[in-house]
Amino acid sequence: MSVPFRLLPLDGAQSATRLDSLALCLLLLTGVVALGVLLLMIVFCVRYRAASTASREHPPAKGRLVEISWTVIPMLLFLVLYAWGAVDYVSLYRPDPAATPVFVVAKQWMWKAEHRNGRREVGQLHLPLGRPVRVVLTAQDVIHSFFVPAFRIKQDAVPGRYTSINFTPSRAGEYQLFCAEFCGTEHSTMTGKIVVMPPAEYAQWLAAGPRQPGMAARGFALFRSYGCSGCHAAGSSVHAPDLSNLLGRRVHLQDGRVLTADEAYVRDSILVPRKDIVAGYEPIMPSFAGQIGEEDLLAIIEYIRESGHDQPTERP
Amino acid sequence: MISPQSDLELEERGTTAGTSYLAEGFTIWSWLSTRDHKRIALLYGVSITLFFFLGGIAAALIRLELATPQGDLVTADTYNKLFTAHGVIMVWLFLIPSIPSVLGNFLMPLMIGARDLAFPRLNLASWYLYLLGGAIVLWALLVGGVDTGWTFYTPFSTMFSNSHVVLCLVGVLVVGFSSILTGLNFIVTVHTMRAPGMGWFRLPLFVWANYATSLILVLATPVLAMTLLLVGIERLFQVGIFDPALGGDPLLFQHLFWFYSHPAVYIMVLPAMGVASEIIPCFARRPVFGYRFMTYAILAIAVIGFLVWGHHMFVSGQSVYAGMVFSLLSFMVAVPSAIKVFNWTATLYKGRITFDAPMLYALGFVGLFTIGGLTGLFLAALALDVHLSDTYFVVAHFHYIMVGGSVMAYLGGIHFWWPKITGRMYSEAWGRLAAVIIFAGFNLTFFPQYLLGYAGMPRRYHSYPEEFQMLHVLSSAGAVTLAVGYLLPLGYLAWSLRYGRPAPRNPWQATGLEWQAASPPPIHNFAQPPVVVRGPYAYKP
Repeated sequence: MSVPFRLLPLDGAQSATRLDSLALCLLLLTGVVALGVLLLMIVFCVRYRAASTASREHPPAKGRLVEISWTVIPMLLFLVLYAWGAVDYVSLYRPDPAATPVFVVAKQWMWKAEHRNGRREVGQLHLPLGRPVRVVLTAQDVIHSFFVPAFRIKQDAVPGRYTSINFTPSRAGEYQLFCAEFCGTEHSTMTGKIVVMPPAEYAQWLAAGPRQPGMAARGFALFRSYGCSGCHAAGSSVHAPDLSNLLGRRVHLQDGRVLTADEAYVRDSILVPRKDIVAGYEPIMPSFAGQIGEEDLLAIIEYIRESGHDQPTERP
Repeated sequence: MISPQSDLELEERGTTAGTSYLAEGFTIWSWLSTRDHKRIALLYGVSITLFFFLGGIAAALIRLELATPQGDLVTADTYNKLFTAHGVIMVWLFLIPSIPSVLGNFLMPLMIGARDLAFPRLNLASWYLYLLGGAIVLWALLVGGVDTGWTFYTPFSTMFSNSHVVLCLVGVLVVGFSSILTGLNFIVTVHTMRAPGMGWFRLPLFVWANYATSLILVLATPVLAMTLLLVGIERLFQVGIFDPALGGDPLLFQHLFWFYSHPAVYIMVLPAMGVASEIIPCFARRPVFGYRFMTYAILAIAVIGFLVWGHHMFVSGQSVYAGMVFSLLSFMVAVPSAIKVFNWTATLYKGRITFDAPMLYALGFVGLFTIGGLTGLFLAALALDVHLSDTYFVVAHFHYIMVGGSVMAYLGGIHFWWPKITGRMYSEAWGRLAAVIIFAGFNLTFFPQYLLGYAGMPRRYHSYPEEFQMLHVLSSAGAVTLAVGYLLPLGYLAWSLRYGRPAPRNPWQATGLEWQAASPPPIHNFAQPPVVVRGPYAYKP
């Protein structure tokens, strides 16, 4: 690869520009402080060197006012920077119902992706330009980390749980994907390519090429074969929560907590059903831990996501 | 300039004659069975220096490998073992024990006017534990090495690594016990053995810093011990503490590990701050500015430092709200650090400054620590950390703090107290030259890594995309310069042992109690307990 070096990696996502401004702000602030301290040190070192005849009368031993001000002022500045960083951080991670999910499974040493229509790819990830995307991650063996410098995003892929991160690609092109968490011998070769395409091209790409039946369709079959429909289907005699439109919905729990249902919540509900019991229901669901694989889980989640709509359709 | 005589009227009874601690027995056994804190400090000094150069060799090989984008010098597996060896040795066998065990051991009793530490035998035992732990770590490296990185992240370390993880864990565990014993010894010593008149707010800042460090050592190291034990159990018996396949939680490991390892950063840097707080007033001929604020800052850093471990985990999948709390606390811990930098700078104001080698190291320390601390704010800012964590930006940041900070201060302290420790003066010109070379080499090595990190270069990569090469080459060139800088003191300090002119009792006209003892001090430091009648840093410009 012969990409010219850039000090600032290309901003390939909407949040990247905002992040660069935060970095620039911090750089200006810390730069002013660092240069200020350096300048003062040099001035004092020159002016008060042993050989100089500068006056040393009335040297201050303490300066309560100075000390309080150089404690309080940095603290206030830090609070502003903290808030800025926190707001942007939350927006990266708050589930965005409008975002298209893409599922990525990391393993030593490759990235495997599956799109909602069942199209799969390894070592690369195609994404539509200008549409919010939500990458849902898990790992099959050790912890990996999904890092796209051009998007200024990074999220660990942790075995045994789903993590996710939102972003909107804002510039068509190809970008480098790195694994950022040390994962074993071939860690440095666990790279990949992100391809951002205009939506029409992306739709074409999605429809072509190797794929299996749409994730939702596969999930529907699994939903029946694992017996989920016995309780959760409409008209079932068992009193079980309604799953339509579940993803992104606020769920009230027995113990008073309220949470927003995301992929990790659905996964936990299937594997550890007693963890988050929905208000008004008996904890009668059995655990499926050990009986159901990660890929099947993802397909069932996709089916549940789609089940809120009239019929499972494949949307680009 | 004050004369040494003017100190005498205040601490007259402290000065002594008598056999120097170096002349009391010349056999190897007299050293290996010593209970004198000063001799134990030298035992630590020699062994720590050995580990420093071993860790340095690993670093040199890493930088050599990274001079080209292809992984062509060593295999990926060897590379992973090299950076693990570098991290494990430098963190546990050099940085954590360096200043407390060498300078602290030597100086704490002298500075508070005591005859020795509270538990001299325990002190010797902790050196043996250190050596045993170090030997086990070396053994693990010799029989094949470890490839987990010094952080031992699970489930890689427990289920997937085929290297000698358990052996290495045992070594680190043993070294941990050495830290706990040293910390305990210092705490009891400061509480019970201060000379008459040596109130808490008359303690030199070096003592304060080591005292705070000892509190961290005693409170946090047991958590490390438990964590390493759990990793060992998990690896040997697969019980499912950290492995999700068995119902465990890999993030639990990270919480436990960083609960120790973040405070460990302050274990490395607080004593360094203590050293700078001794050197700068001495060579500026001014009392340290805002002594009380400085002590509060030390305590604040020690306390808040316990509450920020989660900032290593902003992209790990921990809750967003936890991230927000840890970020806020991380910004807050920067405040007392900033106070210290401002106070050192203000100490120079209206001083009468000379630039001997210790002062150059101390000023270098302040500069590098400032850069390292300020770039820490980038990592504390949540959204920015998402981009920067696990990149070379982080590598640069913690090297600025740990190498630029701790190692600069350690070298500064070695130079400052060398006449007291050895009774010899080293070559001032060589000392200054080495300080300048180390400062330049350090910046050339690590500043490019900030740029690499922002550009997206992940850490722990054996090979990398070509566009990063230029900065890597700069960094490797800096490492060569740095290596030369580190070898120089080894040469001229060794030379001074034989050919250096005998050191006077107080060559820097310093006002600390340790300068009242002879150079080198006699076995029990002071013939009679000195009586302290004033606070530290009684310098007049």
